[in-house]
Amino acid sequence: MSPRAIDRETPDRLYTVTHGRTLGDDDPFDLVSLIVSERDPAPGMQSEHVRILRTCRHPTAVVEVSADLGLPVSVVKVLLLDLLDTGSITVRHPLAGPNRKAAAQGPAGMQLPDREMLKQVLLGLQKL
Amino acid sequence: MGSRNSDPADDSRSPLRQTASHGLKIVIVGGFGVGKTTMVGSVSQIQPLSTEEVMTEASRGVDDDSPVRQKTTTTVAFDFGRITLDTENVLYLFGAPGQERFWYLWDQLFAGSLGAVVLVDTRRLKDSWYAIDRLEYHKMPFVVAVNRFDSPPPPNQPGRPQPSLDRVREALALPAAVPIVDCDARRRESSKDVLITLISHLTALSDELPAEPEPAR
Repeated sequence: MSPRAIDRETPDRLYTVTHGRTLGDDDPFDLVSLIVSERDPAPGMQSEHVRILRTCRHPTAVVEVSADLGLPVSVVKVLLLDLLDTGSITVRHPLAGPNRKAAAQGPAGMQLPDREMLKQVLLGLQKL
Repeated sequence: MGSRNSDPADDSRSPLRQTASHGLKIVIVGGFGVGKTTMVGSVSQIQPLSTEEVMTEASRGVDDDSPVRQKTTTTVAFDFGRITLDTENVLYLFGAPGQERFWYLWDQLFAGSLGAVVLVDTRRLKDSWYAIDRLEYHKMPFVVAVNRFDSPPPPNQPGRPQPSLDRVREALALPAAVPIVDCDARRRESSKDVLITLISHLTALSDELPAEPEPAR
């Protein structure tokens, strides 16, 4: 939970993995966007891409991919964008995510999820 | 703290069903050592995972007059767990460090979150002030859960029971509309009740809305 200097890590590795690219403002992924592979890994692919395509044969959240690869979320997003651009994955966006157009405005301007979803969440939790 | 589950061979958690289509988020926030990770772990259906995000911030030295503003890059680790609610909905629980310097991360966590749980240790109430302040500022609905993990007062201090919920509410200057509950973050049922309290609170807030919130044209 404590921050640490990244230079004690392996910055070269992170740089190499993304070829120095960063995501910029164009971030189509939420932490809990579910990623699904649309193709099998091909020979010659970058090893991280191969691992993502294998993991995401079942829907897998961006944070889970990040934990599995042992790479920071922002680095994983760059890799995911590569795969998205080539049609190798699809993204199931969260309903309550940042792209949701009309969040209900609650008291004092709070952003509230819709009632039907809350009902589903409650039912799911009660079954736990 | 690195990824605990970065070994590809350790792939014991069950994959989501192909029908899983909506990821949902709840953030559990609190000071260091208050039991966030414990709470995530007690309700999660998978072994909690840890991952990290890179933070770049201009160093804001207290007396930094130097013309060259250095950027420091650090990584911050955070834990999360997962609950499969039904065939389509999957709930992710995030444990978020409450200190000021982690707010960059919070923006990502809070975007699109259903709501937040502020986990409180009565011995360190002021650790929660900042978090509550920021949640109110961001208009993120939340509930407060007081973690009574050492409930019986120590035998050598029998005269000092833990403060009541009313006292804690007062000390936190918590508005009357914000629910506050006791919990034991180690127990699944208790942590589950906290999440249910949050969802019930969100439902109540949503019931206060006009029936058809039509946008103005």
